[in-house]
Amino acid sequence: MEEKVKNITTDEQQEYVINMGPQHPSTHGVLRLVVSLKGEIVKSVQPHIGYIHRGIEKMCESITYPQIIHLTDRMDYLSAHINNEAVCLTVEKALEVEIPDRIKVIRTIMSELTRIQSHQLWWASFGMDLGGLTCFFYGLRDREKILDIFEETCGSRMIVSYNCPGGLMYDIHPNFQKRVKEFIKYFRKILPEYDQLLSGNVIFHERSKGIGKLTLEDAVSYGITGPSGRASGFSCDVRKHEPYSAYDKIKFKEILFTEGDTYHRYIARIDEMWESMNIIEQLIDNIPEGPYAVKMKPVIKLPEGEYYQRVETARGELGVFIISDGNKSPYRVKFRSPNFVNLSVLNHIAKGFKIADLVAIGGSLDLVIPDIDR
Amino acid sequence: MDKIQLGEFIKSINPDLEIKEGKQYIEVSIPPSKLYILAKELREKEETQFDFLFCLSGVDYGQDLGVVYHLRSTKFDHVVVLKTRTTDRDHPQLDSVADIWKTADFHEREVFDLLGIKFTNHPDLRRLFLDSSWGFPLRKDYVDDINIVTK
Amino acid sequence: MLFDIVDVNSSPSLSDPWWKVFYDFSSLTHKIDSSLHNAMSQFWTTIAEMLIIGVLILLFYALIGLFLVYAERKVCAFMQNRLGPNRVGPFGIFQTIADLFKLLFKELIPIKNADSFLFNLAPFIVIIASFMAIAAIPFAKGLHAIDLNIGVLYVIAVSAMGVIGVLLAGWSSNNKYSLIGAMRSGAQIVSYELSVGLSIITIVILAGSMQLSEIVEAQRTGWFIFKGHIPAFIAFIVFLVSSTAETNRGPFDLAEAESELTAGYHTEYSGIKFAFFFLAEYINMFIVASIAATVFLGGWMPFNVGHWDGFNHVMDFVPPFVWYIGKTFFVIFIMMWFKWTFPRLRIDQLLTLEWKYLLPINLVNVLIMAFLVLMGWHF
Repeated sequence: MEEKVKNITTDEQQEYVINMGPQHPSTHGVLRLVVSLKGEIVKSVQPHIGYIHRGIEKMCESITYPQIIHLTDRMDYLSAHINNEAVCLTVEKALEVEIPDRIKVIRTIMSELTRIQSHQLWWASFGMDLGGLTCFFYGLRDREKILDIFEETCGSRMIVSYNCPGGLMYDIHPNFQKRVKEFIKYFRKILPEYDQLLSGNVIFHERSKGIGKLTLEDAVSYGITGPSGRASGFSCDVRKHEPYSAYDKIKFKEILFTEGDTYHRYIARIDEMWESMNIIEQLIDNIPEGPYAVKMKPVIKLPEGEYYQRVETARGELGVFIISDGNKSPYRVKFRSPNFVNLSVLNHIAKGFKIADLVAIGGSLDLVIPDIDR
Repeated sequence: MDKIQLGEFIKSINPDLEIKEGKQYIEVSIPPSKLYILAKELREKEETQFDFLFCLSGVDYGQDLGVVYHLRSTKFDHVVVLKTRTTDRDHPQLDSVADIWKTADFHEREVFDLLGIKFTNHPDLRRLFLDSSWGFPLRKDYVDDINIVTK
Repeated sequence: MLFDIVDVNSSPSLSDPWWKVFYDFSSLTHKIDSSLHNAMSQFWTTIAEMLIIGVLILLFYALIGLFLVYAERKVCAFMQNRLGPNRVGPFGIFQTIADLFKLLFKELIPIKNADSFLFNLAPFIVIIASFMAIAAIPFAKGLHAIDLNIGVLYVIAVSAMGVIGVLLAGWSSNNKYSLIGAMRSGAQIVSYELSVGLSIITIVILAGSMQLSEIVEAQRTGWFIFKGHIPAFIAFIVFLVSSTAETNRGPFDLAEAESELTAGYHTEYSGIKFAFFFLAEYINMFIVASIAATVFLGGWMPFNVGHWDGFNHVMDFVPPFVWYIGKTFFVIFIMMWFKWTFPRLRIDQLLTLEWKYLLPINLVNVLIMAFLVLMGWHF
C-alpha cells in the first residue's frame, strides 16, 4: 500500500498512462497503444505492435511465387484482392509477360469492388468508434452483397486468392456482370443513407471537424497515403500516377481535399466509394473476350534483379519489392504496407486532443492490424 | 526530368557515385558514410525535391547488410533508388534519415528489429515487433529449429 | 381478491360511472389499511404495510427491468435491420429471464487490488438510489408508496444519489478505465442535475405544487405540455435531453463509452453485481421517463379534449395505469431512439452543451414561465 502512494507522489510527470489494447474495442485488432493522459487530454501515443506478426516476408523467402499469393491475402485482409494483384503484377513485370485485356479489366473491377467493401466495413466500424452502433449493421448489410459476388466468382468471400501470376485462377461466373450491375444500382440508392445516418449528423460534425489535423507537409514526410493522405491534399493515388491494369483506360478523378482532419478523411472515403462505382460502371459492360490466364511455365523463376510494384489498396500505397537471385523462390520480399506507415503518424496528430478524439482519429486512419504486423 | 537526366544530375552532385539505370528506376549505390549527405541534398535541391520516402527496405546480401531507399518527388513524380551496404555483420551501423523523412522512423525501427542494423541519430531506436531476446530473423543465417522447417 | 375488497356500491360518489371508482386505487388502499388496523397494533400495521409495498415494488422493479432490457433489444434490433432475440419463447420474450439466470450463476470475479468493501458496496448504492426514487412515483390515482408534499424534490435528490455508487465503483475497481469513466460520470451527472431540476421547476411554478399527486391532479383539464405554452414545451425538450444525460444513456453514455473505455465504471464487475448496474440503468431510465410523463404529460390522466364528450368518455374508459405506462414507454422509446441513432458526444462538448446552452435557456425559460403564471396567461 505504501509503495502505491509513493509511486503516485514521485511521478513528476503526473501522467496517467493507460494501455489501449491489445484487447480493446476500438483498436480493431491486437494493436496496443500506450496512451499518456493528462486528465482527458492525450499527451503521447506509443504504438506497440507485433502481436500477430507472422513473418510473412521471411516465409516468402522459402516458398514459390504462386504460393506467395496466399500469404498476401492475409496481410490486409480487407483488400485481399489488391494485395494479390500487386504480387502478380510484380512477377509479370519481371517475366515481361503480356497480359490480355480481359484479365486486366476483371482485375480492375475486382479491385474496385474490394475497395468498396473495405470502405463499407470501415464506415461501419468508424460509426461504432464514435458511438453510433447502428452504422455497423448498415455497413455490413451492404458489404454482404459484395461478398456474395466474390463467393460466386472466387469461391471465397474475404480471403479470395483469385489472382495468380499470369492471370486469374478461374474465369468469372456467368452471373458476375448481372450481379455487379444489380449491386451498383442498389448501392447508388443506398449510399445516401450513410450520409443521413452519420455524415449529416451535428454531433458527428462536432466530433470530427478540425480533429487530428494533418498538414500536407507532414502527410508527405510521414508518407501517409491513401484516402488519409489525399484528405490532406497529398496527391498520392497510384492509379493515377503509375497506372496499372486497366486504370490507364478509364476516366476517374482523384479525391483531394486540403483540410486533412478526421471529417475530410471520412468524406474522402465516402467519395471514393462513388468514384469506385463510376469505374466499375465504365468497365462492367466492356469486358473483352479472351483467355482468363496466360500460360505460364510450371515453375516460375524470376530473372535476377530487383522489381518494385506499387498499387493502390483501400488504405494507401502498397509496394512490393522483390529481389530475385534467379531461383524459384525470391531472395528477399519487402511489402511496403500502407497501414504500417499510416500508424506512425498517430502520435503526431492525436497529441493534444481528447481520448475520445484518439479513437476517432484512429478510426479515420482505418488501420488493419495484420497489415501492420505482416 | 526523365531517368537519364536524373542520373546525370545526381552524378553532378557527387561524381564518385555508382549509378545504374535499372529496368524501372535509376539506382544509386552509395557508401554508408556519404548516404546522409546525399539524402539531404536530394531532399532539398530545387531540381530533385525527393520529399516522399515511399519504401525503406533492409536486405541481407549474404556477406553484406544493406538498406534500399525508394524516393519519389511529389512535385516532379520522378523516382530514385538509393542503395547502401555495410560489410560489418556484427555491429552494422548506418546513418538515420529519420530527420529528413519522418516516415523513416518506423521503417528504420523495423529494419533494426528484423536485421539488426543500428541507425545512428535515430530518435527512438527500439525493437518494434519482437522483444530484445530474439535474434534478427530476416538475416539469412538466422536459425530457429522450432519454427523454421528447412527442407 | 381485488373484487372482495373493493365494494363498488359503497363508493362515496355514486354519480361517477363504475369504472372511475374502480380506477381509483385510494379506496382499495384505504380498505387494506383499515382492515390491517383492525387486526393489529399501529406498529405492526406499519411493518406489514412496508413489507407489502416492499415486495410489490421489488416485483415491479424486477419485471420492469426485465421488460425494458427486452424492449431495448427489440427496438435496437429493428433500428438496425435485425430481428433481435427470437429463440427463447415466442418472439424471444423469455430471453431476458434466461439472461438473468446466466448472470445469477456467473462467477463473481474477485479483484486483487480492489478496495473490496467499496467495490461490493457500489452496486447496492446505485440500485438503492433507483429503488428509493420509484417509491414516490404515482402509478395511478392512489397507487403510490408515499405521497410526499415535496415529491419532485425527493425524486430528484434521491435519483442523484446513484452517482455516488458510480464514483465508488470507478474508484474502488483500481482500474484506469473505470476511474476515467467514473470521473466523467460524476462531472456529467452533477452538471445535468441542474437542467433536470430547473426544467421541472418550470412546471412546479405552473402547477403551484411540488406534490406529484397534485401536479397530476392539476392536469385534469389539460396536460402541462399543452397548457404551459412554449416554455413548457422547451422545458420538456430540455428535460428529455438532460435526463438522458443523467441516466448515462444514449449519445451521453460517456461513462461507459465502450469504444473508448471498454465498459467504463463497471469494467471490473461480473455476474450479479454487473447485473445490478445494468438493472439500475434501466430502472433509472424508467424513473426519468415516468417523471417526464407525470410532470409534462399528465401522469395517469387520460387524454381529454375540451368539449368532445364522446371522445373524452372513451379516453376515460382506458385505465389510468395504462395511460401512465403508455406515456412512460413513449418517453422511453424516444430515449432508445436517441441512443441507437446518434454518435456519442465528447466530454467537453457534453459540458459545453449543459453550461453554455441548456442552463441559460432553462433560466430564461423559468423567468418566462413565472411571468406567464403571474399574468395568468396560461390556459
